[in-house]
Formats: sequence, C-alpha cells, structure tokens
Amino acid sequence: MSIYLDYAATTPMPEGVAEVYTQALTVVGNPSSVHQQGQAARVMVEEARATLGALLGVDPMEVTFTSGGTESINTWLKGRTFAHRSARGAAEPLYLVLTRAEHHGTLDAVEWLEMHGFATPLWVAVDPDGVMDLEDLERLLGSVPSEQIAGVTTLVANNEVGSIQPVESIVELARAHGDIPVHLDAIQAFGQIPLNVPELGADAVSISAHKLGGPVGVGALVMRRGATPIETLLHGGNQQPSRAGTLDAAGAHVFAHVARQSVETMVARHEQLSQLRDLLMDGLAAYPGVEVRGSISTRLPNNVHVTLQGAKGEVALYLFDEQGVSVSTGSACQAGIAEESHVLRAMGCDSATASSALRLTLGSSTTQAEVERVVELFPGVLEKARAASGK
Amino acid sequence: MSGGVDSAVAAARAVDEGHEVVGVHLALSRMPGTLRTGSRGCCTIEDSMDARRVAGQLGIPFYVWDFSERFRADVVDNFIDEYRQGRTPNPCLRCNEKIKFEAVLDRAMALGFDKVVTGHYATVTEDSEGSPQLFRSADWAKDQSYVLGVLTEEQLRHCYFPLGDTPSKQQVREEAEARGFGVHAKPDSHDICFIPDGDTQGFLRDKIGEAPGAIVDRDGNSLGTHQGTHEYTVGQRKGLQIGFPAADGKPRYVLEVRPVTREVVVGPKEALDTIELSGDTMSFAGKDPVQSGIVSGVHGQDGSLVECDEFDCEVQVRAHGNPEAARVKIEKGRMIARFGAPLAGVAPGQSAVVYRGLRVLGQVTIDHTVSADAQQLQHA
Repeated sequence: MSIYLDYAATTPMPEGVAEVYTQALTVVGNPSSVHQQGQAARVMVEEARATLGALLGVDPMEVTFTSGGTESINTWLKGRTFAHRSARGAAEPLYLVLTRAEHHGTLDAVEWLEMHGFATPLWVAVDPDGVMDLEDLERLLGSVPSEQIAGVTTLVANNEVGSIQPVESIVELARAHGDIPVHLDAIQAFGQIPLNVPELGADAVSISAHKLGGPVGVGALVMRRGATPIETLLHGGNQQPSRAGTLDAAGAHVFAHVARQSVETMVARHEQLSQLRDLLMDGLAAYPGVEVRGSISTRLPNNVHVTLQGAKGEVALYLFDEQGVSVSTGSACQAGIAEESHVLRAMGCDSATASSALRLTLGSSTTQAEVERVVELFPGVLEKARAASGK
Repeated sequence: MSGGVDSAVAAARAVDEGHEVVGVHLALSRMPGTLRTGSRGCCTIEDSMDARRVAGQLGIPFYVWDFSERFRADVVDNFIDEYRQGRTPNPCLRCNEKIKFEAVLDRAMALGFDKVVTGHYATVTEDSEGSPQLFRSADWAKDQSYVLGVLTEEQLRHCYFPLGDTPSKQQVREEAEARGFGVHAKPDSHDICFIPDGDTQGFLRDKIGEAPGAIVDRDGNSLGTHQGTHEYTVGQRKGLQIGFPAADGKPRYVLEVRPVTREVVVGPKEALDTIELSGDTMSFAGKDPVQSGIVSGVHGQDGSLVECDEFDCEVQVRAHGNPEAARVKIEKGRMIARFGAPLAGVAPGQSAVVYRGLRVLGQVTIDHTVSADAQQLQHA
C-alpha cells in the first residue's frame, strides 16, 4: 500500500476534479478571441477569476492568472524592483526585505536581482521556530531611507516547517515605515488557513493550484488596486493587464473549482488534519534524538517536520520510500541531490541537523490508519537510517 | 548508473536476471555542469537525467546519492596530495577503492542491499568455497580489471559486473540500442572526471601553485629550472625546458620527481627501464596467493601476508598497459616484482596489479623501483 505524505510538494486531485478539468478542456476557443466561441472560453476564465477573488476577499480585476506560484513570485519581485527603479532612477540603492527562510522561488529571484545590481536584500532574522523576528524587521526597515525599499516579501506559512508568520504585524510595520508594499507567498497557506487579503493589508499575494488539488501549471498573482505598481514580467500580448500569454481557460476553471472546495471545507479539514498531524508528530517525537521543528502553536494543520539526530534525512526518506511511504526532506535541487535545509540553517541549526530533516505533510486523503502505520514503521526507519548514515 | 551506456546495460541485465534492482546515480560534485561536454568529464545534470531515463525505461526506482564530500577528500585531495609528494596517483582506482566499492557499498549494505552492480568490464566468480575471484573481461581492449585490482575479498563478495562476459564494447552498444536506450551512442568518458577540460597540469598549477626548482641529471648537475615538480611525471619527455641537448644527443626523460628538494631528475631512456618494483601497501582480490594454494608463505598476527615464495605471474602497471612477465614474492611485508624484460617509466604511487593468467591476484602500491642499470632512484 502506498501512503502519500508529501502534500506540500503537490496534491492529489480529489474525486471528480480530473473530470471537471477534462470537461473544461473540450471548450474550443482562445479566451482572447472576439467571436462567440472565444467568448465561451473567456467566460470560464472570468468566472474563475471572480470566484478566486471572492475567496480571497478581492475584486476579480485584482486577480491575474499565471503559470504557477514560481511565476507569480518572480513577477512580483522583479516587477516591483523594475518599477521602483524606473520611478526612482537606477543610481539610487534599492532594497528588498525578506528572511532567509523563504522558498527558493523567492530567494533565487532575489539573488538574481542582487547579482545583476538591481536590488540589495535586507535579511530579517527568523527565530528558532522559523518565525520572522518583528523587532529585527523594524530595525531593518528603519536602517535605510524608506523610499529606497521596493518591498517586503514573506511566506504566510513556512513551506518546510509549517510556522505561520505574523503577517498583519509585518504589514503594519511596513505601512508605518512609509507605506512599503508587502507581498505574501501564500502558496502553501491558501486553502489551509483563512486568507482575507484586504484584512491582512497586503499589496500582493501569490497562490498556486497544484497545492489544492488542481493541476500543475496554473497559479495566480493577486495585486490590490491602488497598490504600488509593478512592471510586467512576460511581454507579448496583454491578454491580462500585467501578464502576457494565452489564457488557460480550463486551468483557470479547475483552479477556481478546487479553491472553492478547499475553502468551503477548510474549517472541518483543519480540525481533522490538526488531529492527525498531532498524532503523527507525537508518535515521531517520542523517540530520543527526534525533534519537532517549527512553531507548535501556530503551525499549518497538515505539517509535521522533524530532525533525526545521527541520521541523514535523505536516507530516512529512502527507507520510508522502500516501504511505500512518500515523504520529503523539504529541499531538493534539479539533480535530485538532497541539500541541507536552508530554512533550518536560518533557524540556527547546524549543517548536520539541517541535513537530518524529514517533512511529512498530510492532506484530505490521509487516514488515521495511515498515520498509525507510519508511526509503526518509524523506529525501524530511524534505527536503520542512523546505521546507514555514517556511511 | 552514471548515465553512460555501460551502466545502463549492466542495470538492464541485472533486471532481466530477476534481481531486485535500484538505480543510483552518484553526485560526486557539489556543482555539476548542466550539459555534458562530449567525452570529457562526467556526471553532469544531463548525465543524471540520462541515467534516470534508463531507470524509468527499466521500471526500477532511481535515486541520487551525494558523496561529493568523500569524493573530494578521498579522491580529489588525494590526487593533489600525491602529486605534491612527487608520486603519480590513479584517481579512478582510488574512486573504486574508496567511493564506489566502499562508501557506496557500505551504505548499500546498511540499507539491506546484497550487491553493488556496475558497468565495469571484469568478472567476479566464486571458488568452490564461496570466496570471490576477479578476472579480466572477455573484451581485452576494454578490460577494467586493473582499476578493480585494488578491491579486497570482502568488497568483491558484494560486487557484480554483468558486462564481463561480453566479447566487445560494440556488442554492449548494440544491446543498448536494441533495448531502446538513447545513450547507446553516448561517447565513453576519458580523462579524469573532475578535470573536465583535460588540463591536468592547469588543474595542479591551480591547486598547488608554482614551486620552482632545478632540473638535474643523475649526477646532480643542474640543467635548467621548472615551475613545479607536480608538473612532471616519471617517463615524461615533453615539457622539459632545458634549452640545450644532452651530451649524447639523446632525448631526456623524467626519471624521478623530488618535491622535498624541488628537483626533477632527468636522464636517458635506458635509465627509465625498470627491472624491479616494490611496495608495502598491498591488497588481494580474494584469497591471497598462499590461501589460493599458489605458493607457500607466512601470515602475520593480523592475518596479512608477510612472506611468500617467489612465483610466476604477469604484472600490469598502467590501466591500459600490457601485462609483463614477472616473478613476485613478499618479504617482510613488502611485495617485490622482478621483470624478465625491463619496463619503461614505472611511477611511484601507481598500482602494480598482479595477474595469474586471467585472474587478478591483487595489487601493490609502488613506492620503490630499481632501474636496469641498477641505480635505485625512486623512494617512498
């Protein structure tokens, strides 16, 4: 039997969703074509836009469809930087404020901007639970002229260790320092915890369909009206105001569908998943040398993350995989080589600890029996992983 | 599974034979290149994708194991260090000894695997008592038993080389093509995998720097200067910037490299002719010659072979060298090989692999040679 505990990486399509998607694929027409067939496809996109907007508390026009979370993040970071540079001139220093515990989609984009002389990152500390240090944020915001800060970006919840970030406070501090725009990476959080964008006060939010049971290749960037403008990343057609590219009608349609389902069942699922999460977490943490990472109290309902003293995460992953249990170490590059977790390093863990991580993320198909089975297999995996990891 | 055609076919054969196979690609560099560059270098991302694709075609699980740290320490640093000490290393041998059949093998055994399979051209069999024996492959030109000669009995117990019985590499490529592997036409990788541009001297210059010294003849007369002893290897003829010919008009060859005094000793070709080599770091690929019943001898307290009578065999000192008729014995823990006909340019640091017919008996790391004119040059 196979037990899937890597929802953070991607999610299975719930019952019926594949049919919704394939049905939508039969509608013929480019949503930007003027004729009625195009209009039919267009309607799907606009309805989906409205649905997503409503789920996030924003207007349809504030939702831009993208090819996924990575594009959304890149669009905002680079678009905000280039717009800021245009407005203020290339000679002036430009800062982006973020922590080192961000996802690689953010870190790599910022590093690229830095490498090419477009932006200087101001790194905010995270506490040992992976939560942004607000005092340090305040200090950094005050450390340079606020008109030189192009923006602040933050995860809503850390995708590795599950810690929920103090978003309202972050936005408040940014506002207090000269209305600095804030972008939220809500890719893991959307559908798991409530996300009302106006209430949070953020300028922009990135989300992704395949973390909610939708297909890979569809995402959205929410940009508030009146928010500080950003430059377009993809040119070539203005199918949407800030983004070129043929609109994916079927993708948008199914994205809205799964998003609505997720949000509608969120409260009940939160309850159910939290219980399974705690069962799993307690089961693993019962063993000496196994430490839970990330905030226990303010944590995504589906995230379990532990470090295994004396064992390499990638070896434990293999041993679980051998038994049909799919988990993650939280980090991997394109070559498939396990890397030490940069998030754990940002949280103050040493290199060995950061290489000993195991992330198990649950979802709607996870059962108590599955969790119990994993807890049962764990001591054997741990022992063998420790024995094999010295090699 | 390196992404090459040999390991691809080896994996396929192991699957066909009914074994439970898992494909592993070794990440030996923390910063692999993306695209492979012809036949130089190895293990780029493209190589790992090639290996992954074959694993997918075979329906076997595929993982990438990171041994870059150990590779750096045991192979790359060792390579640099050997040159620094004036010896000539063989990194492929070290990699087999320390990485493929030690680090990887140890992890595999700890994870419950029985054997490590590779696409090496060699064969391992078991004798009547279940002890492993290592043999050359059927394809003499591709035979890689030399670089496996450093493996011990315990390591060989857990090795399997499915390609050893194939008469030619061409056949392996044809089999790959028949199996639908895109890598069937992939060129073999040459040179040293961690020096992809093939410029070993440049690499060493980079790592060791320049340490100029004198080029001298065997009588100690200074003939010129050099920029670093690590740029010279025994038997080398090119690159000697002496500026004037030898008194006898003959070409000069590097006879010895002395990093401590920063001297490079040169002389005529005859001086390169080696009639004897020896060393005290040896290993046996299976039972040692005494345990194999070839010759009598004495074992030490720790079980190592400290004495054995002289016996006939063939010795190979280069990966693609010819096996030379020799008589080998072990005295006070040193293996000594004497050649019938002199060998040219044997370099300390290299392995001398001992064969009896097609069987690899073992090897010794050369630390001492005696030249034909009985002048003892190289020292450990």
